[in-house]
Formats: sequence, structure tokens, C-alpha cells
Amino acid sequence: MALESSFTLRRVGVRLSEGIDQTLLLVILTLSVLGLAALYSASYESPVRVLNQLANLAVAFAAMWIAAQIPPQTLMRFAVPAYVVGLAFLVAVALFGDVVNGARRWLHVGVTRFQPSEMMKLALPLMLAWYFHRKESAIRLRDFVLAALLVAVPVLLIARQPDLGTAALVAAAGFYVIFFAGISWRVLVVVAVLGAASVYPLWTHLHDYQKKRVLTLLDPTTDPLGAGYHIIQSTIAVGSGGLSGKGWLNGTQSHLEFIPERHTDFIFAVFSEEFGLIGNVVLLILYSLLIGRGLVIASGAATIFARLMAGAIALMFFTYAFVNMGMVSGILPVVGVPLPFLSYGGTALLTLFIGAGILMSVQRHRKLVQT
Amino acid sequence: MSFQELRNYERELHQFHLRLAVAGAAVLIAFTLLVGRFVFLQVVQHDVYASKAEDNRISIVPIPPNRGLIVDRNGIVIARNYSGYTLDIFPRRVNSVERTINELSELIEITPRDRARFRKVMIETRNPESVPIRSRLTDEEVAKFAVNRYRYEGVEIKARLFRQYPYAEVASHAIGYMGRIDARDQTHLEEEGVDANYRGTDFIGRTGVEGSYEDELHGTTGFEQVEIDAAGRGIRTLSRTPSKSGNNVALTLDIRLQQVAEAAFGERRGALVAIEPATGGVLAFVSKPGFDPNLFVDGIDPQSWAELNSNPDLPLNNRAVAGVYPPGSTFKPYMAMAALELGKRTPRYTINDPGYYVFGDRRFRDSKPGGNGVVDLYKSIVVSSDTYYYQLANDMGIDAIAGFMKNFGFGSRTGIDVQGEAAGVLPSPEWKQARFRDPRQQKWFPGETISIGIGQGYNAYTPIQLAQALATLVNGGAMYRPHLVAHIEDPRSGDRRYIEPELVRQAPLKKDNVEFVKRAMAGVNKDGTGARAFAGAQYTSGGKTGTAQVIAMKQNEKYDEAKVSERHRDHSLFIAFAPLESPKIALAVVVENGGFGARAAAPIARTVLDYFLLGKTPKGLVLPQTDDEVEDDRESD
Repeated sequence: MALESSFTLRRVGVRLSEGIDQTLLLVILTLSVLGLAALYSASYESPVRVLNQLANLAVAFAAMWIAAQIPPQTLMRFAVPAYVVGLAFLVAVALFGDVVNGARRWLHVGVTRFQPSEMMKLALPLMLAWYFHRKESAIRLRDFVLAALLVAVPVLLIARQPDLGTAALVAAAGFYVIFFAGISWRVLVVVAVLGAASVYPLWTHLHDYQKKRVLTLLDPTTDPLGAGYHIIQSTIAVGSGGLSGKGWLNGTQSHLEFIPERHTDFIFAVFSEEFGLIGNVVLLILYSLLIGRGLVIASGAATIFARLMAGAIALMFFTYAFVNMGMVSGILPVVGVPLPFLSYGGTALLTLFIGAGILMSVQRHRKLVQT
Repeated sequence: MSFQELRNYERELHQFHLRLAVAGAAVLIAFTLLVGRFVFLQVVQHDVYASKAEDNRISIVPIPPNRGLIVDRNGIVIARNYSGYTLDIFPRRVNSVERTINELSELIEITPRDRARFRKVMIETRNPESVPIRSRLTDEEVAKFAVNRYRYEGVEIKARLFRQYPYAEVASHAIGYMGRIDARDQTHLEEEGVDANYRGTDFIGRTGVEGSYEDELHGTTGFEQVEIDAAGRGIRTLSRTPSKSGNNVALTLDIRLQQVAEAAFGERRGALVAIEPATGGVLAFVSKPGFDPNLFVDGIDPQSWAELNSNPDLPLNNRAVAGVYPPGSTFKPYMAMAALELGKRTPRYTINDPGYYVFGDRRFRDSKPGGNGVVDLYKSIVVSSDTYYYQLANDMGIDAIAGFMKNFGFGSRTGIDVQGEAAGVLPSPEWKQARFRDPRQQKWFPGETISIGIGQGYNAYTPIQLAQALATLVNGGAMYRPHLVAHIEDPRSGDRRYIEPELVRQAPLKKDNVEFVKRAMAGVNKDGTGARAFAGAQYTSGGKTGTAQVIAMKQNEKYDEAKVSERHRDHSLFIAFAPLESPKIALAVVVENGGFGARAAAPIARTVLDYFLLGKTPKGLVLPQTDDEVEDDRESD
């Protein structure tokens, strides 16, 4: 009897761990725990937030597990529908979305509302990877042009919500797929030059608050109470953390409420103030492991679709981490990008964990024999 | 796979691996850049930022605005602010709140009520910065604490404005009360996007005008940029954006009339609403018993709160808008109006009133045993004949009655500018269908129509509806939305925004019919059921008595006031308007368990009209004066 139940238990354990990549799991778990610690410190006044985040994590882990069980072949079938639905939602937002803080980002669905732009972060690379997979080795320049179009439409829709941060992230995810699909370096250089040339006309189209953010990045002291406030205060938090930090729960910048949005986009300021340079380096090592593992998984992927997806997801993690830390430490403009696996908030977590789940699935269905 | 294809595949894979390597290198370069930035900030510049974090903090201190005043229609201030001192504990800066309170109590008197209130606020407020343990400190207490301040870290004296209501209970249900902003209010303010404007504000209007005009009264919070040290103490002020006081709110209500009306009620429970028919402006708004809103101004202590809530007389219940009562015979003038308008009766048509009305096998009794003899429409109102209206109701049918009574707003909210209004019940087959679950109860029985005619049965209306209905009748069918506020004034510029009379509906009533009913109501006060109360009045007026059953009597049982307990006695009602020709006031009075309308409610109406039209102040009542009058007195001295 006892033997039988322990056997059953083991079988359940084996079944649950099937397809779960242990390196990824370990790194993600460590990051999540660090996030909870920083969050606890940031929300001393309402510890309920930590419990909420635990619930978010539980949901996200479940989503990751499910994603890990779906073979890339099956996942491919979702590519077109997910992209089309995502695009439809973006159009719906533009037409009848809710305006919060001056931006039209939210869509009401029954009782709840959500940000369709979040969905595009995975739907777009999925679509592109599917497209290039179908073309197999006969990818020509005009395929890249079409791919660029597939990227441009959702990105422009998101940018005019306006949500520049998410637009940049979605554009980056699309770019990574195109990059890994083998677009020639020459084309990349030409596009980069053209891009640089279009900075000025684009600048004139930015909203005032977006311009302000870029300008105050160059000199935060020009607007210490407005747009510069975020950067000045978070830089002070990071700088005052020093080599080893002020210690957990001892950050004065965060506890005296100098850091705005300290639970979400600026949680790195809290972390950095309390754990210092050592903590930051540990965090960077963890992210490097995560991204590196993702790239390794991509290199061993069985199909074009799988390797493009894996490569794009790995670099997506990088983009989140780099942009977020860069903005908190004052070298990138303030855009709404969360710190992956640490920031408070269920939607972003869900996207990240599903991404990790896809990586795991790719790893599970990798080529068994090297050719 | 052909050799060529294989080579292509190999080349492609090689290219992909190359790009992965490039990506990996880019990641490492970017992260190295970040490390460089971190080293710069956290090692090279660490001292700079550490000192910035340590001793150069800028704190933004909110300056809460002065709340707008509430004045009556003559400019008499009925809600104002006074500054007082509170002793505040900053929970985040003390180790043990309990111990701090105990230590403080050695210096300054702290009662168990103070402690209870403090605990209540700590529980109800989300992340409070500071919580008062004592309020209204005397100058002596302030001085005493100032000397000993160094001994109490995390305790400070704060100067704050308190709300004050000079007339205490008078008009308490019109003015309403304030409450400390709790977690639920906070969430609400955040949803409205006005939470920033409430930084530094501890109290918010909850009911009455304080509640419904919160947006006007609150004002705009100012800010002060203060340099603070590591302990959070202010060193110097860097810049200052002054607050902007809230707007003053002037009521249509006359506080002296209100006082006269409330005094006339004495200790009795009930409500009175008086309306200016031409505008819908509310002149008096009584709900008895009231409460002292001053109890709430620095957070009501749990004991007083419990007392108010457990009082069987329900002092917090706003009877004027939320109490529903059967209108009794005050419904008859509207029935008469309906009969004339719908052509069911002419003034000349008479009935013989034997003292009862038989419908099927049921006998509906008249309140006058033996009946009133030959009764026409005029007399039916003057002597309040039940039999006449039993028969009329039966002839009209419930659908016609329910349809016509909508003209007067019966059974629908008036939209008055205070919260918590009840809709009441205008009975109809549709209403009954929706009201009951049991199919047997859902059906409307013709017998039920009979008592509707004399304002009993399912009829249930609020005093504000009764007053509005009368105002509409004397207006010849023009119904204005009742309102308590006359205008809103910017205290700095003196600019006024008037609340314009809002015509809700214009019932197409024939002038002759309206005049007939008004004349009959004048007859009530001259020769009828209101004659005793209005004996010797020096103005013309119209009225109608009403008596509403609280418990149903069996068919052959006789109502004997002495036998029923006080709470089961009939409600006494009276509606009145004056003067007859161009009415300046229309009012409705309900005295709970007051017995016959003529006895309890009518004299209150008389007192109110006497004051309103003649300035006659009841003996022993001292009324407040306006600033101008005070000035005049001084000059004549």
C-alpha cells in the first residue's frame, strides 16, 4: 500500500517534471525569489502585494508548464490565428479601448480588461518564425520585406496608443526573428543608416511627454519634479547602494517613498539600493545564464521554426533586462518595461513564463542526432 | 536529401550558429556596459549619491485647503472651520504605539474614548502617516507638550482645521456629516483620479450637502517643497504652491425656519419638507431625531457611533428622503385632480355617504361612523370623506390612478441633491408583478384598488415626494427638481454659480381644475379637518390632513388609540401651502405615530407657515441673526 502510493507519487513527479529544463527552472526560480524579496521591501506598507505576486507566480508557473508540454509542431498551428486575433484586438483598442493615464491601451472583455499589446510580444515572433519556417531555405529579400511589414503594422498600432516601450519590445522581438532567419548584413547596415536618418522626422511625431523623457535623460536636472524625478531618484537609489548595498529592508530611497512605481518598473532601484553592486552583478549573471541557456537551446533546435522562436525568446529576455536596468540607472529613457521575473504584475510574468515554457518545449524536442 | 540540399542546410545552420554567437557577444557587451555604469554609480560616485540620499532629500508636503463654508439662504453660516491643535502619533517613527500612548498619558489626559478612537482609525486607514491620539488640545496642553517634546520621538502637535456646526443638531440631515477617509474612500478617490488632491486631507463629506457637494467644498491642495534630513524632519522650505480654498455653498434652506420647524416637533419623530414651488428650492428639511454632526469632526469615537446606531429612534436615518409613509388622506386632493382631469367626476356630482362602502362581500369603513351624508367633490376634501374616494378609486381603476399620479412624481425619486433617496411605491399591477415572487401574490385584485383611493394600501412615499407633489399641484402641473443648494461661490473672486430651477415635467392640468382643488384645500383650513389648527390665521392657505395606518385593522375591529402601543399608532400627516393665490411655500409634515393628522402634524405646519409668512417666532425660541441684522442692531443702539 505505502509502496504503491510512493510509486504513484514518483510517477506524478516524473510526469510533472517531464519537459521541464532544469537549468532554466533553477535560474527562473532564483530570479523569482529575489523579486519577492525586493517586492517585500518595496511594499512594507501593504504586504498583500507579496501574496498577490505569489498568486501571479503560481499562475505563471502553471502556464509555463503547459507551454512546455506543447510540441513546437503544434505551437506552429497557433501562429497565424494568434497573430490575426492579436492584430484585431489592437485595432479594437484603437477604436474603443479604455484610456488610462492618457494612453489608450486597455480593452474590456466581459468583466476584465487586458492589454492586447502584451499578447503581441509572443504572437509576432510566432508568426514570423512560422512564415520563415514555411519558406524553408528559399528565403529571399522580398520575404524579409513582407516580414518587416508584419512587424510594422502591430508596432505602429501600439506606438500610437501611445506605448513606446511596448512598441520597442515588440519591434525588437520581430527583429530578432528576422535577424536569425538570416537577413544579410548588407541590408541590415542599409536599414540602420536609413533608421538613423529618420530620427529627426520621427522626433517631430513623438508626444510631448515622450520627447520630455528623452530630453530629461540627457539632462535630468532640467525637470527635477516632473519627468526628471524618476531618473534622479532612481539613480540616487542605485548610487547610494554602493558596493554591498544598504541591506535588505534598509533602503531609504524606497522606504521614504522617493522612488515612484517602486513595485513595478522601478523595482530594480529598490533591489540595487539594498543589495549594491554585488547584488547587481549576481542579477546580471543570472540573466546571462538564462539568455545563454536560451541561445544554446536555439542552437540545438530541430526545426527552423523552433530555433527562430528560441533565439528570439532568449534575446527578448535580454532586451527586457537591459532596457529596464538601463533606464533605472539612467542610461536609457524611461519606458514602461518591467524587469523580467522580478517586477510586480501578472500580465508581464505570464508572457515571460510562457516564453520560458516554449524554450523548454524546444529543448525537449531538439535534434537527437547531430548532423 | 540531395548533396546540394545538404550543403545548403549545413551552410544555413552554420550561419545561424554564427548569428547566435554574435547575439551572445552583443549580450555580453551590453551587460558589461551595465556593469560599467553600476561601478560608476555605486563605487566611483558612491559618496556623492550616498550623501544625496542621506541628507539632501526633498519632500513634498501637501497643504490641505480650507473647506468651503455652508451658509443658509440669508447668509448665516451653518458649517465653518476653526483651527485647533491635535496631538499626532507617527506610527512608522515609534517603536511601540501602545507604549508611546502610555507615556503620553502621564503628561496629557488621554481618555479610554481617545484610545478607542485611535485604534479605530489605525484599523480603518491605509498606511496612515500620522494619527491623532488627542484633538482640541487646550493652550495649556500645547505648552506642556512643547516643553517635553524632546522626550517623545514620533509624536508631534499639528495645527489643523476642524469642521464646526454652530447649530449642532439643527438641519443635521440636510448638512450631513464628515468622516475620516478610510481604505474604501481611498480606493474610490484613486479610481476617480483625485487621490493626489486629497493628500493631507483627513476627512471627507459623507452625507447631506457635505457629501453631495464634496467636490465643490474640498478645494485644491497646495504643495510645499521642503528639504528634510535623514529622520524626515523639515529643514527649510524651497518653494510653495498655496492651496485654493473650497467653494462656499449657499443653501436655499432658511436655518431660522428650520429651527422653528424642528422646535415644533419637540421630541417627536418625523419629517418635514418645505419647498418654494416656483423654483424647487428646499426651505426647510427636517428629519427628527437628528444628530450632532460635531461628533464626527475629529473621527467619531466607537461608543458614540454605537449609540447612534443602536438608538431605536434611528437618528441617522434621513426620514425626509429615505423614510416611506402611506400618504393617507393627503392623497385625496390628487385623486380629486385625477377625477376631474380624466372626466370621472364633475364638481356637482354627489354621493350618499352612509359611513361605509361595499365592494363584493367586503365593507370598507369610513373614518366617520355614520358617514357624512350627501357629499360632493368639494366636501369630500374638506371633511375627508373616505366613502367618496373608495367609490372613485373603484370607478377609475388602478391603471388610471397609477398613470395619473406619475404627473406628481409619486413613486419615483425626485433627484434632490442629497444622497440616499428612496423611490417609494406607486402601486400598480406592474409593480405588484415585479414585487412578489409567488404567482398568487403577483395578481392585482380589484379590491386592492379601493384603499389606494384614500392613500392606504401599498401606497408609500417619502416626505420629499409629498412636498414635491404639492408644489407641482399648486404650480398647475409644473414640477421642479427639489434642491438644497441655491448657489456656489468662489471665496476669492466672489463669482457665483446659481443652481437654475430645473423643470422636470409639465403635467397638462386644466387651470379650472387646479383652482377647484386649491379652493377645496383652502376649505379644509377654514371649515374642515384643518380648521382648528388654522383658526385665526392672518393669511390664506390650503391644507389636507392625513392619517396613515401603521398596522392593519381587522374588518370589524375599531381603532382605539389607547389600546395600541405607541409604535403602532397611526402616523399623522399634513400637507399645506400658502398663500392661496400665489403660493410661496408648499410643505409636507409627517409625525410618526402622532395619531390623527389634524392633531399632531397640522399645528406644526401652522407654526412653520406663521413664521415663514408673518415672522412670528414661537415663544422661548431665540433665532440666529445675519451679519447685516447684527450690524443694524448695533447702529440702532
